[in-house]
This record gives sequence, structure tokens and C-alpha cells, in this order.
Amino acid sequence: MRTINTETIVKNIKEMCIEATHFLTDDMKTVFEKAVETEESLLGKQVLNQLQENLSIAGSEMIPICQDTGMAVIFMKVGQEVHIEGGSLTDAINEGVRQGYAEGFLRKSVVSDPIYRENTKDNTPAVIHYEIVEGDQVDITVAPKGFGSENMSRVFMLKPADGIEGVKDAILTAVRDAGPNACPPMVVGVGIGGTFEKCALLAKKALTRNVLEGSSIEYVRNLEQEMLEKINCLGIGPGGLGGTKTALAVNIETYPTHIAGLPVAVNICCHVNRHAHRVI
Amino acid sequence: MDRYIKAPISDEDARSLRAGDYVYITGTIYTARDAAHKRMYEALEEGKELPIAMKNNIIYYMGPSPAREGRPIGSAGPTTASRMDKYTPSLLDLGLKGMIGKGKRSQAVKEAIIRNGAVYFAAVGGAGALLAQRITKSTVIAYDDLGTEAIRELEVKDFPVIVVIDSEGNNLYETAIEQYKKI
Repeated sequence: MRTINTETIVKNIKEMCIEATHFLTDDMKTVFEKAVETEESLLGKQVLNQLQENLSIAGSEMIPICQDTGMAVIFMKVGQEVHIEGGSLTDAINEGVRQGYAEGFLRKSVVSDPIYRENTKDNTPAVIHYEIVEGDQVDITVAPKGFGSENMSRVFMLKPADGIEGVKDAILTAVRDAGPNACPPMVVGVGIGGTFEKCALLAKKALTRNVLEGSSIEYVRNLEQEMLEKINCLGIGPGGLGGTKTALAVNIETYPTHIAGLPVAVNICCHVNRHAHRVI
Repeated sequence: MDRYIKAPISDEDARSLRAGDYVYITGTIYTARDAAHKRMYEALEEGKELPIAMKNNIIYYMGPSPAREGRPIGSAGPTTASRMDKYTPSLLDLGLKGMIGKGKRSQAVKEAIIRNGAVYFAAVGGAGALLAQRITKSTVIAYDDLGTEAIRELEVKDFPVIVVIDSEGNNLYETAIEQYKKI
């Protein structure tokens, strides 16, 4: 049994909120550079250049990459041999978010009730997904999610007979409908299988996977490639102003499902695909 | 075509802009997003005055992140314009001449743009750090309690935007996509 104090959790979550909103991961930078080189539209290229300059200003001046610093989505893989001391783990995570959004000059975008809509003024609560895993470590991913693209995300409850062609249509429909609203070039996270909520969670998780590493399942890896090519034939382009780079990557996760169903979730993320990862 | 215009924007400038023009705005503009639009709309329904004049002004759909010490504003990119569609035609009919946001607009907004000789600009979504550097001053002038959603008066210098819907109803989102669409 290993003991971890909640103070360690607070500190790490705080730092990760600030890190994720100011710096993109290296894999995202790589696909960005490739997109600038290969975009065919001049206006599209101009938009991509602006976005690259934006990234560099964000890091050097410590201004968030995007003003929508998101709702903090946090994946916690807690080793079953870990003992948390010093109070509630959930409270510690929210305290980390509170401190990170205050000290990092990040926007507070969370309202306490979806109908009455009063701002909580500290960006809490976070959306936390816990998983109990083997071992004595805590694996944390902080993925602040902006809502321009979140609003364009979809769940499709397909029939088994719809098959892989149905899945392809669902992905293209979601991306086409998202168009300029989702701040293209997008990163598209897809979840296939499971249940209604499981496929949505898979799609969200897919966004946090390295965009240079394909799925470990061969047909899924091929599907990711095919869908990236198809999406880039939609013409939407950077900023939605026309072009050949509508998406930077498509990441797909799958899970077993029921004999009667084929759930598909498409979680769309803008080019500011933010996530920070640490293992404690 | 590259154009440099002043804000507030004159009737002539607004009418002369064409979908696809790259425009640099210098002058005074105002921010308002979801909650501020709702309040302004309710004020109009109750016959009350709006906190800002609409005539020849430009509204930027934006809620900034907080400013660090010594800076006028934090990250300051556009938010999705369609959420304001319900409220926009009334504001255009009161003289609003320009809107800066991102994403599609409704048919009703497009008709109100044509009817009033106005213009809808897009700023690049997700370029909040870069756009912040073109804002030299920011003052909250109404609805302070709304935090990031308060109405702000901004002084901007060469603020880069692209005309998406012009006063004739041309829509860059529709025409530009056709050129690169292969499926």
C-alpha cells in the first residue's frame, strides 16, 4: 500500500490546468506543422499561420491559447494499492482546478445549474472520470474542453445492420454539421461500441491519445486514416473558410457492445486539443 | 482584398465590404455574448434603453480570460455567433452595423444584414492570444455582474477579421467550401 496526500493531488492538478491551456503536446505541434505545409488554400494557409503564431505567443507571453479555457475534464486512474490521505480526493481535484484557474488567469466558464446559469466563479466543479486500476500509482489526465466544439459533438445509436458504412456516415455527418462553428482544423475523437454513455466517454478519451499513434487494432487504424482523408475532402478548411485541412487527426476507440446495438459517439475538438498527463 | 476600416463603421464602408475581404479594424468596438444579449433583448421587450448605442457600432462576440497585471485583457478570441442569432435581427434593425464572431448564422440574421446594409465578420477561432495583442484598452461598461460576459468597450488596432456575410447576402462559408469540396 502506498500513501499519497491530497496536497500532492491539488498541486499537480493546479499545474496541469495551467500547462494544458498554454502549451500543446508535441504530437499536436507536429500535425499542425504538416497541415501548414500541405494546405492548398491560400486563405487556409493564412489562418494556419495565424494559429501557429498564436501558439507561440501563448507560450512566450503566458496568455491562454484560447479564451475558452474550458470545463476541466479529468481522467483519474487510481491504483488499487494507493491510499489517499488528507481528505476527499474529489475535493482535492476541485481545489486544484480552483487554484489553477485563479493563478493561471484562466476564464471561469462553469455555471452551477444548467437552467438558472449562475457562474460558480472558480470553474468548479470539474467533470471527473475515475477508474480503479492495478498498481500503486495515480495516472492523471487533465483535458480542459472548450464548448465551441463540444456543442457540435454527437451520439448516434446505429443498428448493427448499419455496419462500418453507417459509422463512416455518422462521423462525416457530425463533422459536416460542425463546419466552421467548431474552429477547424479539428481533432475528431470517436467512440464505437459499449452503451449510450460508454461510447461518449470513449470518444472523449480518444481525444487525449497521441495523434501520431494509430489504434492498435488494424481495421480501426485503417478507419482512422480513411476518415481523416474523407473529412479533408469536405472542403471546410481552416477557420471554415475553405481548404483541404478540415481535420488534423481522427482517433477512434472501440469497446464490446450488445447484440442489438452499434453506438457511435463523435466528440469534436478544435485545433486547441488540450491535455496534460502525469503519473504520480 | 485587404481593407483597413475605422470603427464605428460608416454606412458606406459597411456596404462596400465583400465576402472574402481581409479587413483590419481600428477604433472602438463592444463585446457582448450570450448573457449580455439575453439581457439587452429583455430590456428592449420591456421598452427600456440599451446600455450601448447600436448605431454604426460593431459587436464582438467574445468573453475574455482575465488580464494579467499590466495588460489590457487576457486571451480574446471569438465565440460561436449562432447562439446570438435569436437576438441579432432586433439589434441590426436598431442600427448595429457589424458583428465579429465565428461560425454560421441563421437565415433571419442574413436577411437582417441585407435589410440594414450590415456585415458579419469572422475572426480566427482559437487565436485568442494573438487577437489579444491587437486590443489596446478594455473597459467594462455594463452588466459588470456577468463577469467574462459583461459588455466591454474595446479599443482595437488593426484587428484582423474576414468578411463572411456581406450586405448583399454573399456568404463566404458557402462559396469557399465549394471550391475545395471533393465528396
